[in-house]
Order: sequence, then structure tokens, then C-alpha cells
Amino acid sequence: MTPNGKFGVIGKPLPKVDAVAKVTGRAIYADDMLLPRTLHCRILRSPHPHARILSIDTSAARRIPGVQAVITGADLPIKFGILPVTQDERALEHEKVRYVGDPIAAVAAIDEEIAAAACDAIGVEYEVLDAVMSIDEALVAPKDEPIQDYGGPHNIHKLVALEFGDVESGFTRADHIREDVFFFQGSTHLPMEQHSATATYMDGRITLWSSTQVVHYVHRALSKVLELPMNRIRVIGAAHGGGFGGKTDPFAHEMIVCKLAMMTGRPVKCTLTREEVFYAHRGRHPVLMWVRTGVTRDGLITAMHFRTALDGGAYGSYGVASTFYTGALQTVTYDIPAYRFEGCRVFTNKPPCGPKRGHGTPQPRFALELHLEKIALDLGIDPVDLKQRNFVKAHTRTVNWLRVTSCGLDECTERVMTASGYRNREKRPGHGMGFAISSYLSGAGTAIYWNDMPHSEVQIKVDRGGVTAFCGAMDIGQGSDSVLATIVAEELGLQPADVRLVTADTDTTPIDLGSYSSRVTFMAGNAAIEAGRKMRGMLIEAVAAKMKCDAAAIEVGSGRIGDFSFEEASVLAEGRFGTLTTAGSYTPPKIAGPYKGSGVGPSPAYSYTACVVGLDADARTGLVRVNKIWIAHDVGRAINPLLVEGQVEGSVYMGLGEALMEEQAFRKGLHKWPSMLEYKSPTFLDMPEVETFIVETVDPEGPYGAKEAGQGPLLPVPPAVCSAVYDALGVWIDEVPVTPEKIVEALRRKQKGEPARFGPARFPTIPYPPTIKVEPPPKDLDRAAAASI
Amino acid sequence: MKQEVLREVERVVLALDVNGERTELLLPVHKTLLEVLREDMQLTGTKHGCELGECGTCTVLIDGRAELSCLVLPIQVEGRAITTIEGMARGAELHPLQQAFAELGAAQCGYCTPGILLSAKSLLETNARPSRDEIREALAGNLCRCTGYSKILDAVELAAGRMS
Amino acid sequence: MLRLPRFKYLRPKTAREAARMAADLGPRAMFVAGGTDLFPKLKRRQFDIETLIALDFLPRDIRNGSIDCVVGAGVTLAAASRDEHLTQSFAGYAEAAGLVSSPPLRNAGTVGGNLCVDTRCNYYDMTYEWRKAAGFCMKKDGDICLVAPSSPRCWAVSSSDTAPMAIALDCVVSLTGPDGERELPVSALYRDDGIEYMAKQPSEVVTSLKLSAHRDTRTAYAKVRRRGSIDFPIAGAAVAIQLDGDRVVRCRIVLSAVASHPLEATAAEAFLKGKRVEADAIRETADIAAKPAKPLDNADLSHFWRKRMVRIVVEQALLEATTKTPGSKVKLLGQPQE
Ligand SMILES: Cc1cc2nc3c(=O)[nH]c(=O)nc-3n(C[C@H](O)[C@H](O)[C@H](O)COP(=O)(O)OP(=O)(O)OC[C@H]3O[C@@H](n4cnc5c(N)ncnc54)[C@H](O)[C@@H]3O)c2cc1C
Ligand code: SF4
Ligand code: FES
Ligand code: FES
Repeated sequence: MTPNGKFGVIGKPLPKVDAVAKVTGRAIYADDMLLPRTLHCRILRSPHPHARILSIDTSAARRIPGVQAVITGADLPIKFGILPVTQDERALEHEKVRYVGDPIAAVAAIDEEIAAAACDAIGVEYEVLDAVMSIDEALVAPKDEPIQDYGGPHNIHKLVALEFGDVESGFTRADHIREDVFFFQGSTHLPMEQHSATATYMDGRITLWSSTQVVHYVHRALSKVLELPMNRIRVIGAAHGGGFGGKTDPFAHEMIVCKLAMMTGRPVKCTLTREEVFYAHRGRHPVLMWVRTGVTRDGLITAMHFRTALDGGAYGSYGVASTFYTGALQTVTYDIPAYRFEGCRVFTNKPPCGPKRGHGTPQPRFALELHLEKIALDLGIDPVDLKQRNFVKAHTRTVNWLRVTSCGLDECTERVMTASGYRNREKRPGHGMGFAISSYLSGAGTAIYWNDMPHSEVQIKVDRGGVTAFCGAMDIGQGSDSVLATIVAEELGLQPADVRLVTADTDTTPIDLGSYSSRVTFMAGNAAIEAGRKMRGMLIEAVAAKMKCDAAAIEVGSGRIGDFSFEEASVLAEGRFGTLTTAGSYTPPKIAGPYKGSGVGPSPAYSYTACVVGLDADARTGLVRVNKIWIAHDVGRAINPLLVEGQVEGSVYMGLGEALMEEQAFRKGLHKWPSMLEYKSPTFLDMPEVETFIVETVDPEGPYGAKEAGQGPLLPVPPAVCSAVYDALGVWIDEVPVTPEKIVEALRRKQKGEPARFGPARFPTIPYPPTIKVEPPPKDLDRAAAASI
Repeated sequence: MKQEVLREVERVVLALDVNGERTELLLPVHKTLLEVLREDMQLTGTKHGCELGECGTCTVLIDGRAELSCLVLPIQVEGRAITTIEGMARGAELHPLQQAFAELGAAQCGYCTPGILLSAKSLLETNARPSRDEIREALAGNLCRCTGYSKILDAVELAAGRMS
Repeated sequence: MLRLPRFKYLRPKTAREAARMAADLGPRAMFVAGGTDLFPKLKRRQFDIETLIALDFLPRDIRNGSIDCVVGAGVTLAAASRDEHLTQSFAGYAEAAGLVSSPPLRNAGTVGGNLCVDTRCNYYDMTYEWRKAAGFCMKKDGDICLVAPSSPRCWAVSSSDTAPMAIALDCVVSLTGPDGERELPVSALYRDDGIEYMAKQPSEVVTSLKLSAHRDTRTAYAKVRRRGSIDFPIAGAAVAIQLDGDRVVRCRIVLSAVASHPLEATAAEAFLKGKRVEADAIRETADIAAKPAKPLDNADLSHFWRKRMVRIVVEQALLEATTKTPGSKVKLLGQPQE
């Protein structure tokens, strides 16, 4: 920043730093790597949703010419898992399989064809167990045995019950109380790039290149499973072909190639097929939701009770966090004075669910937005008005202790209202508009495993005019490398293209907890500012000494520091200080509330979004065509508006896919359609025009005021679609995806005089534990904290 | 499946014309163009997402027309002009479409980008100033999970404007 | 990466030679034209073959007569959908070709291949590993039908977009067998069976498709699929209708994706013949046409909904054919409520 407060590069729509590599096909993705003498690995997977393994016979596979190694669970018996509390996965299972696709054995061969044939030649004897394929089935006693040996009763994985403030008296104060049930179907990330990893082993050291979102977590898990110290393992993130949360867990194939490389002494590569990517999954949890809210006559919320049941699939993954997330962020958009949350995650015999864009929050957002629409209708209040009356205010604490800083909800709402003409929309059958809002974290406030270390660290090295920034963050296409380069460039008065980046390499870069929960811009960004300012200070000091003037008088910008070019200044500074390196780090403020589970939800800042969907819906066919989407997003500050728009539009796309067609569906224990043809992802012809508005509230703690853009804008799309369908046809579709058959069925019910809706009939009875009562935070909590700094 | 690997591999010598360079290769006849480009010619710019014709990621141009390299055998295209993403730029100078994609942020993760750029190139060669809907139609076989397509449409329009 | 199985690749110079090779080699050999249907299925190991017989020699030209037109079997769907003569005189056919899958696929897929495309079922169009886990079905490697377990036959769905239109236009294909050539109406090319879905000899090569129609014939094809591109039809209607003023002189209605063969709605055709094209008559015709359609739970979306859509695609195709210029494209999405 120049002294007059004007930015040099922040806020400019500059191309991404890796744009040329990507448009020329020169970026090297994990599957593009082919080291000399590479062996190819294929994995044998379970054909049964639930079975005990009685024996595995690999002898025939080993005899096939070209097969170099065959391994089973006995070779990799140590369990791992992303959360310390659920270390329940094995790279290869040798005791029991829990979903169709669970890995059992792996082969390294001279080519993929032989490896695949060898997998087919492995004989496995199973004792088939009864499979549990739904939330309802998971809640009752299993016929044979529970899927996992922890949790319970039955196939329940996790139960939570929390109450903030006095919910009972909140309901007593209410003039109107309403209950609704909703269902949000599971979906998968479907990155265009299939997961891939290559490992080499030499001199007692493993090097792994992988398409992962988090090199650090893979690093940790490898160390545990391979029983090697972390300093003997190097994990490098290859150019990334899309994650959306789906490459945030450590995966079996990553451990398998390492093990096979150790055994064969040759590089080993494994690229999952598209079908296997569906099995790796970790996608959106299917969630059943029940919500009860009390409101005053004017529509002000007095109390809310929210219940969720998550279908977790066969393993823990991020599930405990996901469960808390389904109850955490309701309060961050609406002022809820008393709030009770009961959550439950069950195990089923399906690929494990985990974090997908919006992790655990799109589902309750869907329920909450539609629920409030219905309440508004009950009261005869315009739904937008009712929501607006309840908007949270900036710089407040929610009843569940979440600290809200900047908040652009009002401005976002006004933008989309004006642009879409929602308030004056033409009311005609078959045509509808729907409105919804949302909020999301700018990075989780607490780490996945307990530690006191910073969440992100950045080092800068300046040497003869060249600037290199080092950071463990992984650019998964969202542009985090560009954001880092922009920030460092801003601080040093350069252009992003002047900054070289070394990222996502556990040997050469300092830690960053990875690309998930929208944390990189905020956390690595703040770390980069700190490192950048230190470097800037050294350069200024050297130049000021040379110019014999006050450091405050030195201007930095346009490639110059005071009277000197950047290069000259760096030579001066190097002469004065020796090697020029600086470091910065970021640790989020400790703002979690005083209760168990309070680690999920806090974030140093929340983004806000408002969205209007305009569509046509056909009563005869149930077909829906979305014509346009208006979306306004409070990103705090757009470090690069092009990247922000890209993230918003991409989120809208994914939200629309989930709203209308995407579905991780199962039939007879199998994934119903593990292919890109049958798992429907919208094409160019299914995507409407999107008008994006960037709202800047300049958050006090974000880097230059920035928050997040990659996830929040997905959330309002599904509920806005459903509310627009109601606007068009007068029926509620209380579950996604909104397929034409559901609309037709809802219209049929309406015609017969039944409730004009399609959705779950009831919420199951769940043995929630006794509710933990949590006192709401004192009103002046943050004022006191702010004063004490 | 088991017996397959016991079968003999038929190999053929083929002269492929890729990006204006003629290369002779001895290839198993059952290897797809996608596999040959990536594995035998190190042209890894061509990506893949399904290998079943369902995603468009592997799109290359054959005599200027967009085709799915995962569903083409090299023997079927011997002697025809194959263009991959590596052949789009003129030396170090980007093709206007590449330039526009870079400028407007039309490539996020970039994995769908090579295929989409080639589909767009083929479009602009037959229709220099396509409407937004015509661009949608022409690119409808290429999925992208990152961008929501908006920036891609903008970039193709920008490049078309600059080229004509 | 999913890969093809090993095979031998033969390149005959003529259709006769190809047919002879096929006859000699039997079921372990298959023809390949564009490969857009065959290659995915080979990668999923839905066929056990040792040899592919390339049909590179097939004619790739479209020859126009005054009222008829001969389309070489090697013409790509993209070329057929854009051909000037076809779009003018046989608009419904060009539209159907242009609605197959996606643009890059249409640049490879051929007219002949589209007529011979394998029947589909979402228990069958799956990888070897998936089918092994589900239990193989009788269409490949197994002996029961997973959709209708008590059924003695396979119900895989005819999913060609152009075949129904070719039947509606009373098209004729030229076939070359090991011993000679013959012509066959496209309507006689199919059998009502998910496995043996073609009535021609396996060794016969489709070399061309002859379209002919009376000058006043108007055609339209309506297709339902989940997305605007890539997807196969889950219901479709091809209509060819000849009018004298507003009276129907001749009418052909053929359905796609609702049976193991393109389904000719003969009762509906008879009903509409001689009638005025009015909204009521069209609606009633559509109702009659939809009756014999029996979609099962083996394609996208529910079979109830697909069944409901049959009536609607027929109605729309008839409306399009009778009210607009011949064969304008039917858009199903976003129809305002009536
Ligand atoms: C993702 C995807 C989507 C698709 N969507 C559609 C769709 O919407 N509508 C649709 O109709 N099809 C669709 N298809 C199927 C297929 O691509 C087309 O039907 C195409 O026209 C097939 O032509 P081809 O030349 O590629 O046939 P090939 O794959 O070469 O052959 C198909 C079959 O026909 C036989 N055959 C081919 N040509 C001849 C001939 N001349 N004489 C005798 N036998 C022959 C082959 O032996 C083989 O059994 C889709 C395919 C994919 C992969
Ligand atoms: S209809 Fe039945 S037999 Fe035919 S492919 Fe489907 S499951 Fe198999
Ligand atoms: S890789 Fe998906 S179409 Fe070829
Ligand atoms: S940019 Fe990532 S898939 Fe298109």
C-alpha cells in the first residue's frame, strides 16, 4: 500500500499467476507425472456393502508376468483417520469391508492392464453381513453386527445435544410456533481430475506427489501408517485438478503407493478411475432435519430448536465436525436469542461422507431458509422482510458464542433485490423467484488436531531483486497462489508476476493447514502480510539509511523503494542485514465458547451472501428451467475481483447442481450410478446467466479486510430454487434435488387436497443424550477483550 | 477379464501428425489416442476425466473438429491433422483464446481448460462471431466443475472479438 | 484410466469383405464405425471380443435426389445434423442427429452406428467391477434380469435418437452381407428384445440410409433428457406427418427409449389419420400413443415420470410438426403452465 492508502495491486482484476501454465497445458498434474521405471498400481475393492473377510488368496495374481508386488491389509495394518477421535480407516482392509468399494488389496505391475488383471485374479472369501443403507436402518439394532466397533447404540456414530439460552421460555414468548422436516440428499464433489498419487522411495526417504488439498494431513497420516518419522517423508502437492473438499482426507491410495514403492524400490503410481473417485467420496452428507421455531407476531425469532440426522457412510472422516456444523451457523445469519441443537450421525454401508464445499452447513441452511419462508407465509409477512428483521448485526456475539465481525447482509440483500426486481416481480403461474441468504467461515478457528502452532506460516526470501514466497498452502484452482503473490507484491510495491512461489511441499515450505474451510486467503494471507511487512521494513530501513532520510518518508510502489529500484534496494538491504528472509504466521483468535464442541463454528470472520433465483417451472412435466441467478457476496475485500467472481459463480454452479440434479444414490447396496454420464453435473446448457455483485465490508481482521468467497455462495442456491418453485407452482419441495418427478407428485397431492409438498414425512426418534446447557456469552464480551488489547 | 492379458498384443507402426509434427510410433493397436498422446508422446496437456466419452476433458482436434481422444484409436486418425493444447500457441505467443482465458480467469483448476480451449478454437474457425448461446451449444460436451462457465463464455466472446 | 481390452484390428476395403470377415470370425468379432458406443462398452467389458473390423470404407457422403436422399452410413451425426438438404427436407432427422449426446461425440459418431447402437440399461452399462458386485445379468455374463427378476427376457432400452425418426420417415437401409446386398425398411431392422435387438444378420453391414418423403411431409423430434447435452434420451417421439390443408393424410409416430426397440405408435397413427390437426385431436393422439410405452426402472429418473413424459413428447412433436415450419427443434424446458 502506498502511504496515501491507495493499493498497488490489491483489488485489481489481474490474471492468475499460474494462468499461462494452465491455458497451455503445461501445468503438471499428479497423473501427468511419470518417473522412469514407474510401476502402476490398481486396487481391488469390495463387491459387498458389508462383509467379513475370511481369506485372501493372492497367489494367482502374483504369478501373472509383470506383477511386481501384491499387498493386503496385513501389510498396512495401522489405522488412520483425519480426526484424532476417529482413527477408523485402513489403507487396505483385511478383516471386514464396510461399503462397495472398500479397498482390500493392491497390485504394482509394469502396466495398468496387468495390474487390473492381477486384481481380478485375487481370490477373496467373504462372510456377507446384513447391510445398513439408510438412517432409519442405522437407528435400530443391526441384524448381524454394527458397522464400526465404536459409537452406538446400534449404528449411531455421534450424538450431540446443546442448548444456548432458555429455549423453553423463548417458545413461551412466541406468538406463533412452526415445525418442519426437510431432507438434503448427499452429493459428491466430482472434481474433473481423478485422484492420483506417485511415490518414490530412496535412501530411507519417501517422496509422494499427490492431488491433495492438504499436504500436511497426508504427511501426518503417512508417518503414522508407514511408521516413518515425518522428516523421512516428503509430500508435494501437484498442480490440482479440483477438490471442493473431496481431497482433504488422507486416502488409501496415497499410503498404498508409498508402501509399494518401499517394497519394490521403484516409483509407483496410482490414478483412481472415475468409479473409484465415487467410492473415495467424502462428499455431502445426506441430512434429515427437523426444525421448530417460535416467532413474535412481527416475525422476530424467540427460540429455535434444530435437529439433524446425518447419514455418514461407513467411516468417521470429518463426520464429528460435520455433525456439529449442521447446528453451528444458523445463528450467524439470524439473531436467535435461544437455541437448541441436537445432532446425530450414523454409520451406513456406503462410501464415507465428509467435507464438501460448505461442509455440513448447506443442509441446515436449506432447511432454515425454507422454514422461515413458511413462517412468513403463516404470518402474512413478506419472507424477505421477515428474514431482514432477524438479520444479525455486525460486531456481535451469537447465543452460541460465535463472534460476528463485519456483516454485509443488508447490503447484499438490497443489491439482489434491486437487480432482480424481486419485490415487483410479475406474478404468473409457472414463473417464480426465490430469495435466500447464507454465511460461511473464513477458516475454522480451531485446528483439527489439538496444538498451539500457527495455522499458517509464510516465509519470504529476497535475493538480488528476486522475491520468493514459501507457504504450505495448496492452490486447488481457487487461486490461493495468486492471492499470496498479490499480497507479497502489494507489500513490496511489486507486481504479482514478480513474486516466485514455492507452495505445498512439506520439505521446503512452512506449514499451512491446507485448502479447506475457506481458510487460505484469510490465514495464509495474514501470514503473508506479516512476512511482507517485515521485509518491507528492512528494505525501507536500508534505503532510508542510504538516502539519509526518515524511514517514514520512503515511498514504496511501482517497483521502487524511495529513490531506488527494488533490485537496488534489495542489494542495499542485503549488504546491511545479510541474507534477507522474513517470516510471518497466523493463529486465529481464541474465541471459542466454553463448551465441548465449541471448536466447530468459530471463525475469525464470516462471509455473507444473498441470492435470488428466477425460474420457469412447468406444471405438466415438473421440469424447471432456471433463467437467471443474482448473487451478492460480502467478501470483506476482493483481493482480486476476478477470482472472487470466479469463486462465486463456481459456487452457484455447484449449488444449482445440488438443487436440481446431483445425487449420490444407492440401489441394492451399490452406488447407483458411479459415472459422469449418470451422476448429473450441469452442462453449459443447464447453467443460467449469473449476475454477481461483490460487497466489501472490509473486515477488521482479514488481510486488507478480506474474508472468503469459495463456499458461502453455494449455500443460498438450493433454498432459493425451492422457494422460486413455490412461487411458480404453489408447492413446496422440501428436499433436494428438486427433480421433475417430485414436483409432479407434489402437484398431484395439492390437487387431491393433501399438503402441497414433497418431502420427508417425519423425523425419526433418536436417543439424544441429555442436553448440555450453555450460558450465552456476556453482552460486552468482545468489547472487554478489545479494550484489554 | 483374466484371460485378456494372456492374449497377444497387436502392434502397428503409425505415423501420427500431431501439432504439425509427424512422428512414427510402434503402438499397441488397442491403445486410445488419449493414452498414446499422454503416455507415448508425453503430451500430457490432454487430460481425462472418465475415459468413456462422458465429460469432454480429453477433447482434441482432428482435422480441426473437436473429438474425444478417449474414444479414438490412433489407427483411425493416421494421416489426419491432430491438434492438442500443446499446439495451440504460436511458439511462445498465446492463441487469442488462451490469452483471453488467462486474462479473465476462465481457468480455475485448469483441468477442463485444454479440452474447452480446443472446442472453442474449432467453433471460432467455423463461426467467427458466435452468439453466447452458440458458444454454449458448441461447448456443451465439455464439463467444468469450477467456473460455473460464466468466465469461459466471457473469454470466448473476448477472443472472438479480438480475432475478427 | 479405463482401458480397452486387447484386440486385433482388421481393415477391410469393402463392405462385402467386412461382412465376410464377420461371418468367418463369428461373435468374437465386431464392427466399429465411430466407436462412440462400442469403445465405452469395451472398456466396461460389456463385450468379449478378439477382433474389431473397421468400417472406415463406409461412404461419408449425402446424395440428394429431388424427394429422397441417401446418407452414407459413415456420415457423422454432426455432418448429418448440419447438411442443408437434410435440414430442409428431413428436418426431424437432422434435429434427431443433432440431439445425440454432445458436439465432440457427434463429430465421431456415425449415422450407421446410431442405427445399430446397443440397447441400454443402468444395470448393464456399468464397469465390469460394478456388474460383478451387483451380480451379472443375462445380457452379459449372467442369467437373470436384475430389473425384472422373474422375466425370461432382457428389457434393455433402445436409446437411439435417429432410429425412431428413420422409421417415422419409412426409411430404408442398404445392407451388405457376406453373400450379397439387400434393402430393408428401418422398421424391420429391430426386434423386441434387449439382447438380440437387431433383426439383421450380425455379419451384415449397414452401408447407407435412404430417406424419402412426400413434399408436404413435416417432421419433428422431441427428446427428454436430464441435461441439455451429453445424455441419452429417456423418452422421445419422432413424428412425420403429411397434411392436406389442415387434414392429416398420413402420419407416423415412433417412440424412443421406452422399449427394447423403437416403438411404433400404430394405434395413434390410425386415430389421427383423416382428422383435422386441432388441439383436442393432438392431445388424444398423444394419449393413445403413450399407452403401449412401458418404461422400466433401468434408466434415468423414475419410470412413472418417464411414462408421463411420453404423452408430452408426442404432443409436442405433433404440435411442432403441424404448427411451425417443418421440424423446428422442440424445447421441453420452461413451458409455461397451461
Ligand atoms: C456419453 C454418451 C452419450 C451418448 N448419447 C447418445 C444419445 O443421446 N443418443 C444416441 O442415439 N446415442 C448416444 N450415444 C451412443 C453413440 O455415441 C451414438 O449412438 C453413435 O451414433 C454411435 O455411432 P458410432 O459410429 O460411434 O457407432 P460404433 O460405436 O462404432 O458402433 C455401435 C454399434 O453399431 C455397430 N455398427 C456401427 N456401424 C455399423 C454399420 N455401419 N453396420 C453394422 N453395424 C454397425 C457396431 O458394431 C456397434 O455394435 C452416446 C454415447 C456416449 C458415450
Ligand atoms: S434389462 Fe435386465 S437383463 Fe437386460 S440389461 Fe437390464 S438387468 Fe440386464
Ligand atoms: S475422458 Fe471424459 S470424455 Fe474422454
Ligand atoms: S477449471 Fe476446474 S474443471 Fe474447469
